[in-house]
Amino acid sequence: MSDNAAAIGGIIAHPAARKEATPRRSRVSLTPYGLVAPALTLMAMMLFGPLIGVIALSFTDYQLGAPSLSWIGLGNYHEMFADRVFWIAVRNTLVYVGIVVPGAVTAGLLVALLIQSGTSLRGLYRTIYFLPVMATLIAMAVVWEFMLHPQFGLVNGLLREVGIAGPSWLQDRGTALYALCAIGIWQAAGFNMILFLAGLVSIPKQLYEAAEMDGASSAVARFRLVTWPLLRPVTTFVVVISGIRSFQVFDTVHVLTKGGPSKSSEVLIHTMYTEGFEFFRSGYGAALTVVFLGFILILTLVKARLADRGAQYA
Amino acid sequence: MTTSSNFSLWSVARHVLLIAGAIAMLLPFIWMISTASKPPSEIFSSELHLIPRQFALWDNLQTAFAKANLWRFLLNGVIVTVSIFVLQVLVALPAAYALAKLRFIGRNALFALVLFGLLIPPQATAIPVFLLLHKLGILDSYAAMVLPFTISVFGIFLMRQFFRNVPDDLVDAARMDGISEFGIVWRVMLPAAIPAVTAFGIFSVVAHWNDYFWPLIVLNSEHLRTPPLAVAHFRNAEAGTNYGALMAAAMVIIAPLLVAFLLAQRRFVEGIALTGIK
Amino acid sequence: MARIELKGIRKSFDATEVLGGVDLTIENGEFLSLVGPSGCGKSTLLRVIAGLEPQGAGEVSIDGNVVDGIRPSARNLAMVFQSYALYPHLNAFDNMAVPLRMRRLSTVERLPLLGALLPGRRQQERSIRADVARVAAQLEITHLLQRKPAQLSGGQRQRVAVGRAMVRQPVAFLFDEPLSNLDAKLRVHMRAELAELHRSLRTTFVYVTHDQAEAMTMSSRIAVMMEGHLVQVGRPADIYDNPRDVRVAEFVGSPKINLLPGRIRDDGRLEVFDHILRLTSSQTAGNCRIGVRPERIEVGSGPFSGRVIHVENMGAEAFVHLGHDGAEARVVARINDVRRLPEIGANMAFNFPADAVRAFNSAGKRIDVTAEQAERIREAALV
Repeated sequence: MSDNAAAIGGIIAHPAARKEATPRRSRVSLTPYGLVAPALTLMAMMLFGPLIGVIALSFTDYQLGAPSLSWIGLGNYHEMFADRVFWIAVRNTLVYVGIVVPGAVTAGLLVALLIQSGTSLRGLYRTIYFLPVMATLIAMAVVWEFMLHPQFGLVNGLLREVGIAGPSWLQDRGTALYALCAIGIWQAAGFNMILFLAGLVSIPKQLYEAAEMDGASSAVARFRLVTWPLLRPVTTFVVVISGIRSFQVFDTVHVLTKGGPSKSSEVLIHTMYTEGFEFFRSGYGAALTVVFLGFILILTLVKARLADRGAQYA
Repeated sequence: MTTSSNFSLWSVARHVLLIAGAIAMLLPFIWMISTASKPPSEIFSSELHLIPRQFALWDNLQTAFAKANLWRFLLNGVIVTVSIFVLQVLVALPAAYALAKLRFIGRNALFALVLFGLLIPPQATAIPVFLLLHKLGILDSYAAMVLPFTISVFGIFLMRQFFRNVPDDLVDAARMDGISEFGIVWRVMLPAAIPAVTAFGIFSVVAHWNDYFWPLIVLNSEHLRTPPLAVAHFRNAEAGTNYGALMAAAMVIIAPLLVAFLLAQRRFVEGIALTGIK
Repeated sequence: MARIELKGIRKSFDATEVLGGVDLTIENGEFLSLVGPSGCGKSTLLRVIAGLEPQGAGEVSIDGNVVDGIRPSARNLAMVFQSYALYPHLNAFDNMAVPLRMRRLSTVERLPLLGALLPGRRQQERSIRADVARVAAQLEITHLLQRKPAQLSGGQRQRVAVGRAMVRQPVAFLFDEPLSNLDAKLRVHMRAELAELHRSLRTTFVYVTHDQAEAMTMSSRIAVMMEGHLVQVGRPADIYDNPRDVRVAEFVGSPKINLLPGRIRDDGRLEVFDHILRLTSSQTAGNCRIGVRPERIEVGSGPFSGRVIHVENMGAEAFVHLGHDGAEARVVARINDVRRLPEIGANMAFNFPADAVRAFNSAGKRIDVTAEQAERIREAALV
């Protein structure tokens, strides 16, 4: 029977081959370039050009609207490293990342584990925990602001019930940054939860049964033997993604505190924004962007290195 | 995984813990709705209560729409997100098809560029792109909000991965039927890629509806504001006086996405999880 | 070494009954295969024995002790899974050491850093290492111990999985279709290896498979399951030669047994294709099915004839498919001399001896028949 099929195929292939001999070759060779041209152009214009541009700009003293610019080498960087505000911004950003990443990753992991450990109402819980991720951050930030209102806010109201006098969360130098961290964790936990759920679901059930047969009788033993080792790649991934997203924090800072009070909540991107788009010091803003890129690059390299090690599991 | 003998104890504990966390997650939403439904007298009182004694939601909403011009801003949001998405698909799909199914010199280099582009955070290119738009004279316009995002390397990457799993036979059959390469992109690959395009669409719409940074940078005119900007300006304008209307405005801004999310949860989760796979 | 007894095991998933009352005794040291088509409940029964699935009703005892409330890990059984279920983050050595570490080290001793400092730990590790090395040598995987599962072939992974089961020295081994993920040649090779392993360990093996050839070649006894019920239990030769149910007859043996439509006449004789066989049964008159294995059908001469529709030349032997107007299904006959194969479309006469007949009534149950005379039927019968 297979001989017949081959014969039929041969008959059909022949006339088509005759039709598409030379003309087709030259037609196809240009088409791919036509297909990718828009994308390529836009990538050059909006991604790579600007990337090179921002690095180049950081060595100039360009300001928006100025007639010309001059090359000042590392001048911007000197200014930056001598600027107290810059270091405060770096410190605050690192504190923010240092609090939000462990917080949001742990919260996401715990919620994912809890949801997966039972079968009832999984969809409902997933939806609820995911809502903060969906809701426009600015809108929710404004809600949080009112919640944290020293007199009429929910948080201090609840604390008052218990007899504690809550601080002015967003107006107090000691608490502003940490209030923003809380909002950040609240917003990011659901996202991490989804990633962890995907990881948990991909663990083969038979591994748990094998663990059971091998003597891992308690849930903790099974977690240590199966769940945690097999979640390691997902965990590293989530940590790095969370880190990168946390480094980009801007919205809450700009709307709620503007970096204050007294720069206690000033973060890197906010400084870049003020310098680049309020003072229009494009050169200096570019230098700040380069520093920001440096941090992101480190995180990305960490992700790539850890991903390689994790690939052995497959 | 768990034995059925400890069924009830753990099951209850699990629900207790998850509900506690759920309340923490939902508290801002509940507070938002509650405040939006209260008249100023109840808002500005140190006494806490959830259910308003006087139902003022309608009033607050009216104030919000009137003072904050919400219809206009919601419309802007729709215009911007839809334009961005449509243009992204127009740009990304052909490129993804070429990268996945066609062989040409420079293909690997181009894909490497796409992968590299994925690593670039949006804030990094902000200043130069802003200067470029300024040079072109199109700042403070819809074009300024849409143009930089028409290129989505993430979209190209996603579609290309998806297309690679579409059998080559489908493409060959189309070629034998006489369809041109451009035709193949729109009449063969697009229908085959609907799930991926949908997930990407959701990711794109959510990301750009919620985007605050870029519109803040490029816009000056009030009539062009997108929803996040609208809320921010309303907050600044009211500066601690009309929380009721402010909360109502916040409700309106997040409502479209939340409603769509609740209606199509699975798709949304897929779409957002894609940002992780990035 | 264990004798496993199952009494009245029932199990349902939601509304579907998967096990409808199974009684089975697995003797100490035997190799018992649970065979049946997909969905017959054999894997579920195995998991009930292991304790991974609680039964809805009934009792499981091992060596006389009822184990129903006891956790799988405490039943002292070992299981080899279809997917092997090796821990992907551990190398082969650590995989095989897991059951020993779980049993011999306390929770504190198992902690990654602290545990290593505890005094007793080093000694335990040494004994664990010795046990694993011994089993690895027996399975010839010593050179693979440092590799992770991803770096092993299917057959090697399977051996590590068996090794992990062996180190525990369980009272019985449970196998859940362990060879189905291997390619055909490797499967045949591993069959022999597992059978030899059983002979050397002399421990009870309970082996689940849907492949009747595996069951036939490896087991000391076969238990055939259909739709949640145990239909027949016996030695392979008995199952093959003496099926008590038409489903068993069809399931075992390749190619499938021929089932010819027949009739029990009023006088007790069997009739097929308008020929009366010199066989009588004590059953009431009615329809029946005459089962004859392909290798018992003699072609070339006989009272029956059919048209050659298809010939399969296997190399060492050949099978000819004959179409007969009286039967929907084809009659498959084995031809030993592959050098003289019939032409497609030719008519062929065929016959079969009386003792090759396995008759089944319309309900599928086996009918006992007695031959009228000792000689074979050669001519067309006269009534």
